[in-house]
Amino acid sequence: MINLDQKIYAYRRDNNRVGIRNYVVILPVDDISNAACEAVSNNIKGTIALPHPYGRLQFGEDLDLHFRTMIGTGANPNVAAVVVIGIEPDWTQKIVDGIAATGKPVQGFSIEKKGDIQTIADASKAAYDMVHYASGLQREECDIGELWVSTKCGESDTTSGFGANPTVGNAFDKLYEKDNTLLFGETSEITGGEHLVKARCANDAVADQFMFMFNRYQDMIERWKTDDLSESQPTKGNIEGGLTTIEEKALGNIQKIGKKCMVDGVLDKAEMPTSKGLWFMDSSSAAAEMVTLCAASGYVAHLFPTGQGNIIGNPILPVIKVCANPRTVRTMSEHVDVDVTGLLNRDINLDQAGDMLLESLIHTSNGRMTAAEILGHQEFVLTRLYESA
Amino acid sequence: MIQFIVHDEGDSVGVVTVEGLKANDTLKGWIMDQDVLIDIKINQDIPIGHKLAIKDLDEDATVIKYGVDIGRTISKIAVGDHLHVHNVKTKRW
Repeated sequence: MINLDQKIYAYRRDNNRVGIRNYVVILPVDDISNAACEAVSNNIKGTIALPHPYGRLQFGEDLDLHFRTMIGTGANPNVAAVVVIGIEPDWTQKIVDGIAATGKPVQGFSIEKKGDIQTIADASKAAYDMVHYASGLQREECDIGELWVSTKCGESDTTSGFGANPTVGNAFDKLYEKDNTLLFGETSEITGGEHLVKARCANDAVADQFMFMFNRYQDMIERWKTDDLSESQPTKGNIEGGLTTIEEKALGNIQKIGKKCMVDGVLDKAEMPTSKGLWFMDSSSAAAEMVTLCAASGYVAHLFPTGQGNIIGNPILPVIKVCANPRTVRTMSEHVDVDVTGLLNRDINLDQAGDMLLESLIHTSNGRMTAAEILGHQEFVLTRLYESA
Repeated sequence: MIQFIVHDEGDSVGVVTVEGLKANDTLKGWIMDQDVLIDIKINQDIPIGHKLAIKDLDEDATVIKYGVDIGRTISKIAVGDHLHVHNVKTKRW
């Protein structure tokens, strides 16, 4: 049995949150500032640019989500310091102010009236100082219970439902007892099992919020669908892996929340939890979108079960892959952090599999790189709600 | 060696967990929740991860897995048949 009272060595930020990575991020406010951010990142070693395709002419709830995602990403405890670059000063400053609330170093630059070259020079000087600062920070003793841990599965198959997903569920049950702040989501992938999640909600208010989010997503699908979504949800990969219907996929998906933990709260996309426990976040089921939202909500480690072999990573949120499909582990071993194929022939039990995953979480928290990090997977994919104005 | 797994004895289906199974093979299965072993002969080749019927199902019957409804049959399905998108559809969307 794994000892979850052991200490981890991580970065304690000014707001007392615990991070397990120490990035200096160069964050574009909008699509046209990507080039300047990438130039700064190229100039100053030890920084990472997060280019993305949006941030212009968005409005309403979609714009709110954009700001939440940008601010949340910069505020994430895996990030030590941030340079923000946008085309104009006002939206740039809004993101700077949001990140500054954490107490970490953050500085904004806008390109209008200066041009790319001067902006890149100014921002590079700021980034230089931030790398000096960040690289001088030391890991210190922290409790495992201080980690915020999210989950989402991808390229699932039937082995996910037997093996990899219940392994995450077992780990979540154990972390829940240690007061960790946990998260799951993938609203459309609960279709067919929504009654089971509702029954796990801690009280009626949470259950009502969950059903509101669930029904809102169903309405969106009903509005836009042109068929029964076969090949989209389940995906072609899911079907190749033996999953037949969304209901079957959902019942496998739900195994990730274990048997004991209760759903303590509900979040809209990229909102931040306000207390410990297990949170449901309304979110896309597409891997990179969902994991990007988890990072923006403040999560610092991600448990990712896969069947057919999803290869996703994230630039600031380490993604730990767990797989129970022997063919995937054989053919795609470099993408798998934790092999739980032993579950399928009863060589190991669920408790042992959960401990193997938690051991990997502890190693990752102490600084060991995940498969996705080593392979350079840095998918930063923003969720959009509708067209730009 | 276990060749297919069933979540619960009330389920209509099991899942093949090894590669290379051919029509007329008799498979050794494990019902997890009740920890019981069963044998079933399959009627077609079934790839790893795909499902076999462990009960006879009429057309337009409900398919049960994890003890829960996962969709409806669109043709008759016999014990040992490959059960997938060609003979089962979602009840949603």
